[in-house]
Amino acid sequence: MATDGPIVVIGVGNDFRSDDGVGLTVARAIAALNLPGVTVIVGVADGSNLVTAWENSRAVFIVDCARSGAESGTIHRFDPLSEDIPADIFPRFSTHAIDIPESIKLGRLLGNLPPQLTVYAIEGENLAAGAELTYKVKTAAEKVTAMIQETIAHILPR
Amino acid sequence: MKNRTIKVDYLARVEGEGGLYVKVKDNKVADVKLNIFEPPRFYEAFLRGRHFTEVPDITARICGICPVAYQTSSVRAMETACGATVDGQLRALRRLLYCGEYIESHVLHIYMLHAPDFLGCEDVLDIAKVHPDLVKKALRLKKIGNDIMVLLGGREIHPINVRVGGFYKVPTKNELQTLVEPLTWALDFALATVKFTATLNFPDFEQDYEYVSLRHPDEYPLFDGRFVSNKGIDCAIDEYPQYFEEQHVAHSTSLHSVVKARGAYHVGPLARYSLNFDKLPEVARKAAKKAGLKETCFNPFKSIIVRAVETVFACNEALRIISEYKMPERPFVDVTPQAAVGHGASEAPRGTLYHRYRIGADGLIQEARIVPPTSQNQKIIESDLAAYVGKHLKLSEEKLTWQCEQVVRNYDPCISCSCHFLKLHIDRQ
Repeated sequence: MATDGPIVVIGVGNDFRSDDGVGLTVARAIAALNLPGVTVIVGVADGSNLVTAWENSRAVFIVDCARSGAESGTIHRFDPLSEDIPADIFPRFSTHAIDIPESIKLGRLLGNLPPQLTVYAIEGENLAAGAELTYKVKTAAEKVTAMIQETIAHILPR
Repeated sequence: MKNRTIKVDYLARVEGEGGLYVKVKDNKVADVKLNIFEPPRFYEAFLRGRHFTEVPDITARICGICPVAYQTSSVRAMETACGATVDGQLRALRRLLYCGEYIESHVLHIYMLHAPDFLGCEDVLDIAKVHPDLVKKALRLKKIGNDIMVLLGGREIHPINVRVGGFYKVPTKNELQTLVEPLTWALDFALATVKFTATLNFPDFEQDYEYVSLRHPDEYPLFDGRFVSNKGIDCAIDEYPQYFEEQHVAHSTSLHSVVKARGAYHVGPLARYSLNFDKLPEVARKAAKKAGLKETCFNPFKSIIVRAVETVFACNEALRIISEYKMPERPFVDVTPQAAVGHGASEAPRGTLYHRYRIGADGLIQEARIVPPTSQNQKIIESDLAAYVGKHLKLSEEKLTWQCEQVVRNYDPCISCSCHFLKLHIDRQ
């Protein structure tokens, strides 16, 4: 839990499932800013990789697409260090790998959660095959990018 | 209880969607079905008309766990069709990338998917409550496999740096050197993993399998050599269609495979190990013997030890390749298309993966055939289930159902690949 470790931004999702690519879109937008001390991970093969990705980091932001049934483009923001992510936010994506809430539980059991952890879940509208974000989701992606950028600015020394 | 039904609608800790159905009538197993209901994915159909150079990037998408296997079998098939030879350091780099996939895939299966069965845990979270240090180390080992994939493949899922003829970009000696320290630790922990898996309790269960795998004259096989079996097959990769055939069965969206002359066969770590023990490096052979394994192993539950032995192999092989590495002048060899049929095979972590393509002189794919390991293992999984349930009818419903699921997980099936998978249903009448 080094306070001088990197800030890690992780985008989760699938570019070829329309709005499911929103997490990756946000991660790429942060990567394009070339912020010093910020590591960006665009896509993880499975949830257990999150547990190693945030090791020794000072702050972590995870962005993924939500399917809770809320209005499309809704931004859900969670601090998993102090609250549980509601079960309906991320429907299980695999019978094989572990998902974001499980990887956070695993991190807690292993004692390697970062001192600051924020999960953004952007409500998707269209998850059919396709490479485009729908309008409301794209707008939400821009907002979340700005929110993460602003939070990072507060963490990093000026 | 003379008649019963065991049914699992959705098998957990396997990749993809499938189920299991066993019917017992008058204390005899009457029917076993590994139901694969994941929708078919039609890769072979939409590869038609695509350019032969697109094949590694399209087929990598078949699997998020073993994309390198798909890429390797496909590029090998295209290179064979076009008469191109990829050898020397480019071939070594391909082996290195494959070692990364072995480490990542095997460690995922050993600790996250298979170990919970032996430890009586629901999942890896349960294991972490009791053995946090073990899980931490497992994740670190898995990440090292991942790091090889990122360095050579360009990213951790569906690598983008593999092309027909080699790579788009090859690493410098210094870049590879960064893997040496982590891999040295990885080799030690892989050896500890062999020791750990050997302490687990294994059911007394052996089957008379026909094992099939590649075999290479000089090394543990990854993507070249000949097909061999312990029941007499010894054929070139392009002779595969003469010995094996795919069959459609109503309860599965994956085709079943059989040896034409005999029927069900078994691919994967146990087959590879039992047919190639002499080709393992000394460190892996010694670890296997210390763990109580013989040179062949016919207990499918012990595949967890064999995966650990193969992880030792992969770490050792990766270190060997890096120490001998000289950066090649060009990252690829030129491959000119010609009208031909090409066959390619490689040893994916869960078993042999065979590809065949017919391409035209224009380089366009006219026909594609992909035979994944899980489709080849379906029949043998069903035969294991029938034999296992037959011997353990006195077990409680709950315990028998759990162990049936374990029988399936012994094979680390990748259902998504094979439908290109799982639910258990035991029907006792």
